Order: sequence, then C-alpha cells, then structure tokens
Amino acid sequence: MRRHRISTVGAVALAVVVGWAVAAIFAPWVAPYPPSRIASREPLAMMSAAFPLGTDYLGRDMLSRILFGARYTMGIALLSTSLACLMGVGLGLTAAARGGWFDMAVSRVLDAMISVPSLLAALVVVSSLGSSIPVLVVSAAVIYTPGAYRLARAMAVNVNAMDFVAVARARGEGTLYIVAYEILPNMILPVLTDFGLRFVFVVLLLTGMSFLGLGIQPPNADLGSLVRENIEGLSYGAPAVLMPALAIATLTVAVNALIDNLPSRRVAETAR
Amino acid sequence: MSAHVKVSGLKVSVAAAEGGRALIVDDVGFEIARGEVLALIGESGSGKTTIALAMMGYARTGCRIDGGRIEVGDVDVLGLDTAGLAGLRGKTVAYIPQSAAAAFNPAQRLMTQVTESARIHGVLDRAAAERKAVELFRALALPDPEGVGERFPHQVSGGQLQRITAAMALITDPDLVILDEPTTALDVTTQIGVLRAFRAVVRERGATAIYVSHDLAVVAQMADRIVVLRNGRMQEEAPTQRLLDAPAHEYTRELLAAFAPAARAAEAPPSSAPLLEVQGLVAGYGPVSSAGLPMIPVLHDVGFSIPAGSVLGVIGESGCGKSTLARVIAGLLPAARGTVRLKGETLPARLADRTRDQLRRVQIVFQSADVALNPARTVRQILARPLQFYHGLGGDAARRRVDELLDMVRLPRDVAERLPGGLSGGQKQRVNFARALAAEPELILCDEVTSALDTVVAAAVLDLLAELKRELGLSYLFISHDLSTVRAICDQVMILYFGRRLEYAHSGAMLQRPMHPYSDLLIASVPELRTDWLDSVGPTREAEAGVTGQGCTFYPRCAVRMPGVCDRTVPPIQALSKGAEILCHHDEAALLSHMGATRSLP
Repeated sequence: MRRHRISTVGAVALAVVVGWAVAAIFAPWVAPYPPSRIASREPLAMMSAAFPLGTDYLGRDMLSRILFGARYTMGIALLSTSLACLMGVGLGLTAAARGGWFDMAVSRVLDAMISVPSLLAALVVVSSLGSSIPVLVVSAAVIYTPGAYRLARAMAVNVNAMDFVAVARARGEGTLYIVAYEILPNMILPVLTDFGLRFVFVVLLLTGMSFLGLGIQPPNADLGSLVRENIEGLSYGAPAVLMPALAIATLTVAVNALIDNLPSRRVAETAR
Repeated sequence: MSAHVKVSGLKVSVAAAEGGRALIVDDVGFEIARGEVLALIGESGSGKTTIALAMMGYARTGCRIDGGRIEVGDVDVLGLDTAGLAGLRGKTVAYIPQSAAAAFNPAQRLMTQVTESARIHGVLDRAAAERKAVELFRALALPDPEGVGERFPHQVSGGQLQRITAAMALITDPDLVILDEPTTALDVTTQIGVLRAFRAVVRERGATAIYVSHDLAVVAQMADRIVVLRNGRMQEEAPTQRLLDAPAHEYTRELLAAFAPAARAAEAPPSSAPLLEVQGLVAGYGPVSSAGLPMIPVLHDVGFSIPAGSVLGVIGESGCGKSTLARVIAGLLPAARGTVRLKGETLPARLADRTRDQLRRVQIVFQSADVALNPARTVRQILARPLQFYHGLGGDAARRRVDELLDMVRLPRDVAERLPGGLSGGQKQRVNFARALAAEPELILCDEVTSALDTVVAAAVLDLLAELKRELGLSYLFISHDLSTVRAICDQVMILYFGRRLEYAHSGAMLQRPMHPYSDLLIASVPELRTDWLDSVGPTREAEAGVTGQGCTFYPRCAVRMPGVCDRTVPPIQALSKGAEILCHHDEAALLSHMGATRSLP
C-alpha cells in the first residue's frame, strides 16, 4: 500500500485553503452584517467586538465585506481556471495525439497569445466590453488557456512517445481512447498542480483588475476592490486596507504551499 | 603481499516502503592486492553497484551505509568527513560509470572534463594534466590522441566516449578504479575495442580495480578474481579461472548455465506457405522528398519471408533499423516503398487503412516492459482491452479469458488486480506478452523482448516463447542484438547493417559459418566464457558515425574490402549454395578463403 504522507507545511496550507473555501461558500450565513449595509457611523474604525475587522471607508463591516469579497474572488477564479485548464488540456492532448498541422496551427496561435501581457490583455477586453462577471470569467480563462495548453501538450508529448501508447495505436485505437485512457491518467498530477498555480495567477489578475477599478463594480467588491476602496486608510494603518491585502496574501501563499507539498508525488514518478 | 584495499562486514540498507529499513548489502568483505582486478558479478538487485559506490563512501538517496570497514591504502573511507570524502573521490578512488554519455557535460570540451579532477585536487597543473591526458588517450587507442580533447562529447562515438571516461578516471593515478558496467551499453563490436583498451591501460599502469558487471564473459577477460553476489550477499569468491572451471556455489553454476542457452528452435522448421512476405521495403523518418523517399532513410530494400510457425531473427547493432522494421510491419511507420503481405493479403502501409482484423493478426511486443505497460491501469484492464476491442468480450467472459491468459504466460491470477509498478521486470514482460496473445494473433513482432532482463529471467521468457509457439502455432519476428538468444529460438536469421540486409540464412548455418564479413565480425565479437578470448580475436575496426555515399555500407569496417569496387557500387544480392543470401561483391569461394585467413574457427 502506498502511504499518503503530508508535511506540516502542507497541512497548514490545506487548512488555510479549506478555511477560505468554507468562508466563501457560507458567507451569507456567517457574515454578521449584510455586506453593503452601513452599520457604523465611524468609518475606517479599528477592530472591536462589534466589528472584528473594523469598518470600511463608509462604515460597513469589514469582516462581512471580506467574506463576500472572497466569494467573488474565489468563485470567479475557480470558474475561469477550470475553463482555462479544460480548454488548454483538451487542446494540448488533441495536439499531442494528432500532431501534424493541427498541432502546428494551435501551438503557433496560442504562442502568439502568450506574448501579450496578461493584465494588458484583460484591461483591453474589459475597457472595450465593459466590466461584468461573465466578461471577467471568459477573459481570464482565455488569457490563461495558452499556459495550460503548453504544459499539457509538453506532458502529453512525453507520454505519447511511450511504448504503451504505440501499442494502443498499433491495436487500432482511436484518438479519443488514447487520450482518455492512455495519456491523461499519466499526466493528471502535474495538470492538477498546474491548476493550482494557475488559480493563484487568476486571483492575482482579478484582484489587480479590481484594484485598478476595472474588476467587480461597486457596491459589490472582491478582495482587490476592497483594497482600492479603503486605500485612504493606509496612512492610518486601518484594518480595512490591511485585512483584504492579508486575505489575498494568505489565500495565494496557501494554495502555492499546498501544491508544493501535495502528497504521493511518487505516482507521477512511476508514470514517467 | 599485503592487501591494498580491504573491505569487511559492509552493510548498506535502504528505507523500505513499509517503514523500517531493508538490508541491500549484507556482510560483504573482500581484499584486493595492489595491481589486482576484482570483479563483482551478479544480476540486477544483487548490490554490486551499491558496493562499488560505498567504496567512495557514497550511498544513493534513501540508502545508508550501516556498518563495516573500508580501507583503501591507509585511508579509512567510512571514517572520513565530507571534506575528507571530497578529497578522496576522483583522486584516491575514481569511478567509471556505465553511461559515458550521461557522465559528460555536453557544453564543455573533453579535455577540460578529463583534466578536471587533476586540477581540482591540485595533483597536476593544467599543462602537465593535458600532457598526461594525451598520453592516456594514446594508451586507450583513441584515434587522434592530440586532437580528441578539443572535441565536445557529441563529436565522438559512444565507444570512444567510454574510453575517455577511463582517461578521466586515471588522470590522477588513483589507488583504486571502479568500473561500473562500463561496456554494457555498447554494441558487441564496439565493446571489444573498449575492453581491449581498458585492459591494456589497467595492466600497463598496474591499477587496482573493481570491475562491476552482470556479464561473466566480459569479466573473464578483465578480472583476476571474481566475487559472485546475489541479493546483497556474497555467494562465492574465487580466482577467475577456477570459478569458470569449477564453480563451487549452486548459484554460480546457474549463472554459467544460463550463459549457453539451450536451443529452443523447432526440430525441423515446417516448410509451409509463407505467413509474412516482405519485399523491397524502404522506410525512414523526416519529410518526404518529391521522389517519395524519406529524408532520413533507415531501411533500404529489405525483403524476407516468414513461414507459418517459424521464427525469423533480426540481428543488428544499435541504429541498424531493426526496431524501425517492426514498426513498419505493424503499420506504426508507413513504408515509403515495398509491400508487406500477410498470407498473401497485402497490408496497407498506413495503420488507419488497415482493417481491425488485419491489425489483430499482427501484434507487437516492445523491449522495455516498463514503458510498454500503462502505469495507471491494472493488469486486468490492460489485458481486457484487446479482448473487448478485437473480440467484443466483456463481463464474465473477459474475466475468464484474462485468467486464462495469465495462466498461459505462467503468472499467478492475483496479478490481475495489480498495477504494473508492482511487478518485477520478468512479470511485466509476461503481461506484455499476454496482451499480445489476447488478440489471438498469427504473428508477434518481438522487439528486444529479453534485452532488459537478467539472464536467468530472460531464459525463462524464451522458454515461454518457444512453448507458446508450439502450442498456438505462432510465428515470431524476433529482433535482438544478442546472438545467443537468437541462436536459442530462431529458425532463420537476417543481419541488418545501416538498414541493409547483409545476410539472410538459416540460423544454425549462419551462426556456425557466417558468410558475410560483417556477420563474421559480429559473431566473433560476442565474448566467450574463457579467459583468453580477448587475446584470440583479431583487430576490428569500429563503427564510424554516419555512413554515407554510394557503395557498400560496411565498406569502412570491412576486413576484406576491395577499394574501387566496394566503395563505388552497392553490392548485389547473391544466393549462396546453402540457401543463404548475402549482400557482397565477393563470391562464395573468396569469402570462404578470406574467412579462414582472418579467423580461426573453433
């Protein structure tokens, strides 16, 4: 039997990520106030029993806003990362298994896309189409597809060169079977790792967009917009600006640490 | 004479998968006198490389030296700290690895790398080190000893690179040289020259050496004494000659017996209708030219036929196109020209154009079972797929058939639920065969199927092949670089050299009396199990990279070449009196007389 061992760092990271996920999912039930209600007359307040993370520039409860902000950030990031990986891995596998002109055409087009800086591309799309959640999801997905494609294709090309794939081909199997049963199971771990990394990139892209005012629009807010809204609190050291920043940091660092410490890398090694 | 190297009670352990530690070297001890060559011999997992590495105070990741004492000269190796070990390695003890290609930095010139250890340890200054390196290159019979150091690793051949590793190891005049399977990755005709160079340089310099190998015949040429290892324990230690003549231990006798495999070929090859006929096959890689020929041609005009129920051996050295031949027949690589007929029915060149039944009748089995079985699927899933794909079997019927297949290849049925990673090399190769058998083929293309296995395991796999052939009436195309396995199982043999079929004959006849000069060289290059073999073989020319131009591909290495003829025109196919066909300008009588002159038949 293989033993699943997880390091201390991995366990802590897992706890943080799960904590954020729970917070995001259950935000409407656990948040002490509705996120857009002005609950206090004192803006940019320090932490208190009534407002555990203080209040924002309008006197809204920061804890509630962060819980709902995390919901936007993680929800959109998860959706666009899933889309990006689905498209990237799908295209990468097909390109590796089919090769030839298909591989050539897809690879060159996506390489060209990679050359555009991601934030710049997102800004252009959002400023021409206007900012809405579907636009954000789709543009982030499209921006991160080439990266996912490149990794998936490289992995798939390696697996594709293995003799067991040649045996399947010689048996007369179709591309779909070869991709689904022979190639994909042997690259799933690196693909999942990549998913985690890409999730972090998307979180940073989104929060960056929101910080610039082009992401989630008020009165709603994700973690990036929260930092922007309360930026004037920076000089007072108000928790309203520190806490969302801290939230972004803990979330991204924890996801990174988690994928770095995934248990049983050995599965991937035997696959090589 | 006092011992120069002393090892006693050596224990090395590895972290076991279930926790705790397992001993992989247990209580090993030996002594080596100055100037003596000791061989460590054993199969994979016997601990021979682990012991060799321990001589430098090194244990691989996960391994640990648990006890014992190693003395080289007056140095207590296991008592050294990290700095002491750094001073020892490369200076007092030097190591020659199996894969020279992996041991060199491709971005540095050879001279820099060869002299590196002398400069690091401050033994010699640059100029002196380079002079010494040239001297060693000369002693190792490298062509152009003055100039070869200026080249990069990819600019010399594999055999030359392997000799350069010897120069690298010997540059500091170490007290102990460790040679870890230094010729295993080489072709036999290359190996011969490297062995000769190693032996000359070891003898000439009076180097003390440990020679690690799985190949008794090679060791017999090199070593004064042999230690036989199995599962990390010493089985027997004896002077080479005595070990060969009168092995005391049961396991040594088993190893010696596996060396001369019994013939498994059918008594009389049935002269039935040909099952597979191949004519004028031309194939290769790269873009296709306007004439329809590939840019990098691999096979040139290859033709043969396999009668039903018989085995054709394909022999050749690396790069001769033997694996490409199997891929072309299987349809994985479409041929540029030529026809492949199965029972008179022409098979389309492209895989996609073949019918499912045509695909079913020809199955391919690859060399390395490690990469031939999908590591993510269980044995049952692997075997059930062809059953479903070709025969539409599912559910209970497939289940029963998988069990039958496992019985057929002599594997216990509970293997079915395991992943390939949990099987031994021999077991994997059996699953590999079972998958081919699941299709109920008529012909199995076996690509180096025993090369990755230990001799004893390989012998068992060959037995299985012979038995399946008898019981199921199968035919094989058996590709190998190893003459003794080919001898054991094949009815007919074809020798390939740079994609051309140089000789095609009945196996018994060819292996006793090869007609083509290359066949002769190849067969004479296989090490024999006697200590004076290396002295008895004549000089050989080594393969040079990239044979181009017109004429005979073997011309640069041929012992009986005729300048003006052989390098100008491609030799014709000649049918000889005993039914053999060769590609040579010489006629039969001339070849017979040349052979007598170049080689004395045993």
